[in-house]
Amino acid sequence: MLGAPAPAAPRPPTLPKAPTGISGLDEVTGGGLPRARPTLVCGPAGCGKTLLAMEFLVRGIVEFGEPGVFVAFEESAEDLIANVASLGFDLAALEADGRLVIDHVNVLGAEIEETGDWDLDGLFLRLGAAIDEVGAKRVVIDTIETLFGAFENTAVLRSELRRLFGWLKERGVTAVITGERGEGQLTRYGIEEYVSDCVIVLDHRVTAQTSTRRLRILKYRGSLHGTNEYPFLIGETGISVLPITSLGLRNHVSKERMSTGVGRLDSMLGDGGYYKGSTVLVNGTAGTGKSTLAAQFCDATCRRGERALYFAFEESEAEIVRNMASVGIDLQQAIDAGLLRIECFRPNVLGLEGHLFAMQRTVSEFDPSVVVMDPVSDLLRIGSGADVSAMLTRQVDFLKARGVTTLFTSLNSDHNPGQADQQIASLVDTWLLVKTMEGNGELNRLLYVLKSRGTAHSNQIREFVLTDHGIELADVYVGPQGVLTGSARQAQEALERSDGAARQEELDQRRVNLDRRREAVEARTAALWREFEDEADVVGHLLSHGSTGAEDRADQRLEQGRLRGADEPRTGPNGGGPSDPDGGT
Amino acid sequence: MDTTWRTEAGDAGTETEVWHLRLYVAGQSPKSLRAFVNLTELCEEHLPGRHEIEVIDLMEHPGLARSDDILAIPTLVRRLPAPLRKIIGDLSDTERVLVGLRLQSRRR
Repeated sequence: MLGAPAPAAPRPPTLPKAPTGISGLDEVTGGGLPRARPTLVCGPAGCGKTLLAMEFLVRGIVEFGEPGVFVAFEESAEDLIANVASLGFDLAALEADGRLVIDHVNVLGAEIEETGDWDLDGLFLRLGAAIDEVGAKRVVIDTIETLFGAFENTAVLRSELRRLFGWLKERGVTAVITGERGEGQLTRYGIEEYVSDCVIVLDHRVTAQTSTRRLRILKYRGSLHGTNEYPFLIGETGISVLPITSLGLRNHVSKERMSTGVGRLDSMLGDGGYYKGSTVLVNGTAGTGKSTLAAQFCDATCRRGERALYFAFEESEAEIVRNMASVGIDLQQAIDAGLLRIECFRPNVLGLEGHLFAMQRTVSEFDPSVVVMDPVSDLLRIGSGADVSAMLTRQVDFLKARGVTTLFTSLNSDHNPGQADQQIASLVDTWLLVKTMEGNGELNRLLYVLKSRGTAHSNQIREFVLTDHGIELADVYVGPQGVLTGSARQAQEALERSDGAARQEELDQRRVNLDRRREAVEARTAALWREFEDEADVVGHLLSHGSTGAEDRADQRLEQGRLRGADEPRTGPNGGGPSDPDGGT
Repeated sequence: MDTTWRTEAGDAGTETEVWHLRLYVAGQSPKSLRAFVNLTELCEEHLPGRHEIEVIDLMEHPGLARSDDILAIPTLVRRLPAPLRKIIGDLSDTERVLVGLRLQSRRR
């Protein structure tokens, strides 16, 4: 019906899966291997097939409560037990508990004469007995192709293997069958044609004299799966397929800051530096002071009494100490105090996974609060960008889980971010870029904060100056001519200083003028006051020397009378008025 | 073993050592039965009076497949004289059985 929502189609039952418990493999396979079906794991000698199969079995027993049977055609039970003991798998204990059977089928060196029709019922029966003995849900057969070396009649053997895989399905066990890689086909004897549900290919390739292990899901019938080649590592706890970042996303997050060792950089990043436990990438072209920035960070850390670990891929310890001393960073003191450890090695002495473990072992041993890797771009010489990125993801996860603040430096050849940086950009929390800028016949360094998660960082460019007391950051001048650095900046500073002087002079002049004006005003005011006072004096004089109004008027009348009586003789030179007491009347 | 037949011949040969042979089978399958018939005939002819055949049915004793390291059925094991030798198949190729048991070289 139009508009009427169709009822949701019943979801087809998803393929039941048996989780392997192997770090990363369950993510890549979307939940594990196909349950109750055989899976083929193939690859060249020494690629880790047996270990993968064994880990699948052991984790099945320990983590998922599914007992298992290991049928070994190549190694004896004693060898197997010894080989995986270093990974913390105690096979003997699992066997004693009745949760594991290791059945070593010894076909090597046995002369078997074939005298007519035969079948593999003996193998079926003993496998069936072993499965029944522990109630096994998982079975490993390692490496069944060894049988091709023992039997002449391969036609019978092939039909028997086909029957075996069918029988394993019938028994409802999740099986892992390993196979050696052959010429032009997955396995030497083409047994992949009998195992069609899931095929995992392992590889152990050597590029640039270093080896990397890789895993690929070639086929997974009825299931989505990752199709990439995933690097994997064999570590102290078994196999880890990369990249798995989920591990790192559950870490404790700190709000605490750690000083970068450069005061102005601390303020550029917001409140006091890098976050504790965060990952910092410093990248830039050669000679931009990346290592110095890293060394100053270590120095600041050690000054607080915390430990720092510096992995150097390019310089020796002595060179680093000497070079940093030239810019006033005394690393020797921290080394002597046991707070700083510098580990130097060329990247190509080990494969990526080898480096990872060597570094993680050192970190576990030294327990630093800061780790520097200088520069990670060197690792690209022994692995592709994706491999390095996967390895660094692992490293970052490991360090974050320990709450270690990590600083990677990375060298790029031009002004664009290098290959390594693009691979790890999303991995880092704070990304500092040091650039050189050419101008006025000099090369100056600029520092940017490209990103800094969770901080109100400055978007300004600072000039990065190496002084004899470490790194200092200076403001840059941005004008119509662009960003000014180095001597141009100094000239600009001088210019601004002289401009300032001129303004000061003008100000002084104006103050003088004002003073003069004040003087003039004051002079005029004084003159006015004098006029006023003179008048006041006159009036005061009049007031004090004159009579009252009434006397005046009487005197006036008298005076008028006298003037009118012009004949009245003057009594004296004073007029002989009554006001003259001496005048005789 | 409960499923054991003994076949002994009257007159002994020049070699007096008794051969101890063990035949592993799985139930009463045609292959297993054929192997037993072939084996007894061969022993009558080549080891008259000085052989002992033990038949083990792995259907009844599956655990023995592991302890005796048996894969293929039928398997004939020469336990004595030492060293231990294994021959698989229904023993229809008499020549190969004799080579496998090192009987042919002895006869020459």
